[in-house]
Amino acid sequence: MLYVPPGRRDSIVTVQPRYENFIGGKWLAPAKGKYRVNLTPATAEPICEVADSTPADIELALDAAHAAKDAWGGTPPAERARVLNAIADAIDAHSEMLAVAESWENGKPVRETLAADIPLAADHFRYFAAAIRAEETTITEVDKDLVAYHFREPLGVVGQIIPFNFPLLMAAWKLAPALAAGNCSVLKPASPTPWSILKLAEVIGDLLPPGVLNIVTGPGGEIGKALAANPRIAKVAFTGETVTGRLIMQYAAQNLIPVTLELGGKSPNIFFRDVMTASDDFLDKAVEGLVLYAFNKGEVCTCPSRALIQQDIYEDFMSRALARIAKIRQGNPLDTETMIGPQVSAQQLAKVSSYVDIGRAEGAEVLIGGQRAEIGGEFAGGYFYQPTVLKGHNKMRVFQEEIFGPVLAVTTFRDEADAIEIANDTLYGLGAGVWTRDGSRAFRVGRAIKAGRVWTNCYHQYPAGAAFGGYKISGIGRETHKMMLEHYSQTKNLLVSYSPKPLGFF
Amino acid sequence: MPAGNATPAPRPAAEHRSGRASAADPGGRQPARVSATPAAREAIRRLRAARGGALMFVQSAGCCAGSVPMCFPAGEYLTGGNDLMLGVIEGYPFYIDGRTYQSWDTPQLILDIAPGNPEGFSLGPGGGLHFVTRASECPPPGPDQSLGRP
Repeated sequence: MLYVPPGRRDSIVTVQPRYENFIGGKWLAPAKGKYRVNLTPATAEPICEVADSTPADIELALDAAHAAKDAWGGTPPAERARVLNAIADAIDAHSEMLAVAESWENGKPVRETLAADIPLAADHFRYFAAAIRAEETTITEVDKDLVAYHFREPLGVVGQIIPFNFPLLMAAWKLAPALAAGNCSVLKPASPTPWSILKLAEVIGDLLPPGVLNIVTGPGGEIGKALAANPRIAKVAFTGETVTGRLIMQYAAQNLIPVTLELGGKSPNIFFRDVMTASDDFLDKAVEGLVLYAFNKGEVCTCPSRALIQQDIYEDFMSRALARIAKIRQGNPLDTETMIGPQVSAQQLAKVSSYVDIGRAEGAEVLIGGQRAEIGGEFAGGYFYQPTVLKGHNKMRVFQEEIFGPVLAVTTFRDEADAIEIANDTLYGLGAGVWTRDGSRAFRVGRAIKAGRVWTNCYHQYPAGAAFGGYKISGIGRETHKMMLEHYSQTKNLLVSYSPKPLGFF
Repeated sequence: MPAGNATPAPRPAAEHRSGRASAADPGGRQPARVSATPAAREAIRRLRAARGGALMFVQSAGCCAGSVPMCFPAGEYLTGGNDLMLGVIEGYPFYIDGRTYQSWDTPQLILDIAPGNPEGFSLGPGGGLHFVTRASECPPPGPDQSLGRP
């Protein structure tokens, strides 16, 4: 099926020429009246204009959030849960529209947004609706007359900075727990993908009291610091690269507020020889597991971008994988048959291309792909790059740095110890994959890998309820789990004495 | 941007290794480990004229906009003992996290500009351009090879 691009006649997505910020439940023009053009990476043509905000707009959003925070923080959990469930229902009711909007803005294939991004976003709100409803805190009986009551209280107003790779799902990952815990949010979408979140605001904006959710678009260099360093936020959450992550921690240190950071990875995907002991569904699944590096055109923090294959199966396993990669359909992201769309921006395309050049220069062998993909026709100007595999060794730069594109670095290992050593020889520790028919080995290796998420005989599944986050420089904190409620709450302890007796000191 | 489009042969492994050793030398007397194209220098001068303050560069890594150099007002980013200053461009320091630099095998970096707005909290030279770094063994593409459209 072929969806009509947003804004064209017969499209299921309407597009206004220009979008303002969503502040205090209303659409508000940016204070300085500036807008910027927002492109689709599929054709490099404009979709619309969005607000090119300045720090004054962040202050307006914070005003609205602070005005709303006491009422929202005091709303009973059952009512907050009702609102979150209503948000999920609204996302479901508009799922096709949101899927097409996000696909066109980000370039990800609509088969992914229809099947993953949008349903998972809706489910995330339901998960946190359930979690907050079922939340219980603790009472400690210190002695028969002294009782410690523990209450969860919202932090107040939080700043949330969203990446471009899953504009709606990452917004849901951050918003759902923050709102469930009773906080108000000022959210800054990524510069390349501001519009689909505004389309989400059109769908869910009326379901929330004004000021609970505020969205300010614009360049990070202009408004990022205005939000992250603002003394009026009680916490900041960020997904992105390491330097901005450090900068955000630095600002948070100056205000003594907590952060959660998710800063990327270079995730190993390990295939032991026993995956090839039978030609069955499991082998087929494992081969697909390798090819999942091309999911979302490789623009995933947990992209399984390093494949480690046991030496003696390398040739057979890789030839099956390369045959599968050769069949990847690349092109119009709004075609449900398309498996890989364009990179999100000209910057990302140039970066991917330059990394493949670096790989070649350091001696990596290009097994497939290795250049810009020419789609032609309407998509001639799009930012497409061929699914690529580089063979080399783990000390190469293409094995160490996150390329954030459809580029797999593949190498071999001798035995289990060698696999673990290579897997852990990285600064990052976000994701990993382990493929084996031996359950004991899967357990051992999974525990030995220094990463926050080890997919075992699967990859790229993101269910709510499974904690997600980084070891090492991949970040701080966890998402997609009810423990997020702790990241978005204070603990209030009432230490209550029921004894009439004085302490006796004075 | 330089018009040359010839890709030099990869450096021999032995030279690569020796480059790593010298770059790791804390003495700081080896040749600058970062340089800039004329276009990048011109962009820095333009940014300085527009902003009127000193600048700094920090090479990023990781998710999303990782791999690009971030440009900040001087002193905005607190550097620590584990950061390396790779060199000075137009009077402004260029830093990278030391472990990241080691994991990249201590390349010589070239600061350049490319189409597209800056990401993260980075300043940019304006005109829909952003700063990028290239590895010295992969020089900037010539006009016929340039990727992306503004």
